[in-house]
Amino acid sequence: MRLLIIEDDRDAADYLVKAFREVGHVADLAVDGEEGLAHALDGQYDVLIVDRMLPKLDGLSVIGTLRGKGIETPALILSALGQVDDRVRGLRAGGDDYLPKPYSFSELLARTEALARRRGSREETVYRVGDLELDRLSHQVTRAGDEIVLQPREFRLLEYLMKHAGQVVTRTMLLENVWDYHFDPQTNVIDVHISRLRSKIDKGFAQALLHTVRGAGYMIRDSK
Amino acid sequence: MTALGKLLRTTAFKLTLVYLTVFALFAAFLLAYFAWNTRRLITEQITQTVDAEITGLAEQYRQGGIRRLVFVVDARSRRPGSSLYLVTTRAGEGLAGNVGSLATGILETSGWTETAYRRLDDPDGAAHHALVRVFQLPSGFRLLVGRDLEERERLHDIILAAARWSLAIVIVLGVAGGFFVTRRVLKRVDAMTETTRKIMDGDLAGRLPVAGTGDELDRLATNLNAMLERIEALMHGLKEVSDNIAHDLKTPLTRLRNRCEEALRVAEDESQYRAALESTIEESEALIRTFNALLMIARAESGQARDGMTECDAAEIARGVGELYEPLADDKGIHLKVEAPAAAPVHGNRELISQALANLVDNAIKYGSGMNGADAQIVVTAKGEGDRILLAVADSGRGIPVTDRDRAVERFVRLEQSRSQPGSGLGLSLASAVARLHGGELKLEDNHPGLKTVISLPRAGSAPPA
Repeated sequence: MRLLIIEDDRDAADYLVKAFREVGHVADLAVDGEEGLAHALDGQYDVLIVDRMLPKLDGLSVIGTLRGKGIETPALILSALGQVDDRVRGLRAGGDDYLPKPYSFSELLARTEALARRRGSREETVYRVGDLELDRLSHQVTRAGDEIVLQPREFRLLEYLMKHAGQVVTRTMLLENVWDYHFDPQTNVIDVHISRLRSKIDKGFAQALLHTVRGAGYMIRDSK
Repeated sequence: MTALGKLLRTTAFKLTLVYLTVFALFAAFLLAYFAWNTRRLITEQITQTVDAEITGLAEQYRQGGIRRLVFVVDARSRRPGSSLYLVTTRAGEGLAGNVGSLATGILETSGWTETAYRRLDDPDGAAHHALVRVFQLPSGFRLLVGRDLEERERLHDIILAAARWSLAIVIVLGVAGGFFVTRRVLKRVDAMTETTRKIMDGDLAGRLPVAGTGDELDRLATNLNAMLERIEALMHGLKEVSDNIAHDLKTPLTRLRNRCEEALRVAEDESQYRAALESTIEESEALIRTFNALLMIARAESGQARDGMTECDAAEIARGVGELYEPLADDKGIHLKVEAPAAAPVHGNRELISQALANLVDNAIKYGSGMNGADAQIVVTAKGEGDRILLAVADSGRGIPVTDRDRAVERFVRLEQSRSQPGSGLGLSLASAVARLHGGELKLEDNHPGLKTVISLPRAGSAPPA
């Protein structure tokens, strides 16, 4: 994955570049908005990681300009401003995801990979992982041909996991996308939902599909 | 600016001048109209009388010729009064009448003219003014009949004097009145300005004087005082928040630092260092969460979140939060149910209300079981009551004794019985701040047994939050 990081804080920027490199991605760096815009217009990037507060040209304007020129590269906004209205403003400016600081790298990584994947895929109506099938139109879930009955919320949870099959999905991402909540519940509320889902789709089957990724979140994946 | 200068520049004084001018003009107009009409009336009377006389005299002439005319005019001339008569030959020689001398050329005119004249019996006296009519008789004689205008002129003088006096009085009274009124207003405004200056210099407790007259200055002062009250409260809150944050974050920060220091001192192998680092990350994350929560509370209390408000349904919010926490409750053997059958519209920030309710449910799960494990239940309700919407979380746990309830809502307070559980102690504070932000309140009640926490909010469509 090719990433462009637009961040003026040298320490944070170096940290990110190194961290992404360690997991096998390539990351370019721009230290102000104008440089960032120039790079984004030229290069072919999979995801842009844009700090909101930048010298010369702020992050939201960079994204707005790109969108105005028809460049749809997914952009993740990093910002110290973490309230819901700030998030809404960021997304309205053309951003695709919004992560308030301070963040953990695993969160950033999971969201970046989710954005990169989104760019490639078309909208499918049936998700498949191993022998697990989810039909988005009929809301039917089957595994090895047998139907599994899920509550509406469980269905949405599974749908989101399968949409990002093979990628790490953090608890925050789940809370935001499946429940539309942007606060931190401070307890393991999500974990319990996941374990209920797991008992419905994995119990009794030889192969577990829903995995816990320590320190990051969850992933649904065919372990073959 | 001199005191007089300030006075003259006030709106009140300018207004007084405007009114003064308008009133003076109006009075002048009225007097002028009156004067003009009266003059016209008098002139009309004179012309009518004179015309009648001339007609009569002309008749005399027709009947008895010049001899008769002279005789009659002579007789009439001897009568006292302001009537004037004169009969002359074509050449201008006087034959009868009481007119001594006339302005030149009058006899040649026809119709009405005003002229100066002297009476026959008072040839060296002052000249008078008269309105006369000259009538040409067929044989070349001329007849002049007129009337002295002394009456008219006297009336004119009276009215002029009246006008001058009244104008003078109006102006003097107006200006004097203006001065007094303006001075009074200025004094009140100056008092307000003085107080404002003191307040700006730092005396936040200062308030504007309210005279008690209920006029617009009073209303302004009352409203400004309310605003000052709010500002003082906000400043106070701000100071409190920064004090609290400074104090309350120092403890976990110190703990963090101590752990790291200890690790450096004590740890010997990599696994110990690793463990120390991992625990440091955990502590920092807890610290970040605490900080975010404090920030959220501060924002809620300072009213900053007001712009994110929309029409929300409290019933929907209750269902959402209930559904999120139901598995967790179930895992702990607590039965959680939501009772929100009817729509409960509120004008608010959906995110904040959800978070507040989530905090309450979280608390209920943490502390709300333990009396009779099997019967443990949590009921989340959303219903309307009058002009309020009540969002409530009722548990069947230990509850909070009445004496502790006020304290429990304060930041970072963990009551004795809860110290063993993880948590920051900010849940109730946030819920309370959110409730207040929406113009409502958080109440803690006894659930017999257990605790019932209620967020009371104004129903959408009723009066907006203060």
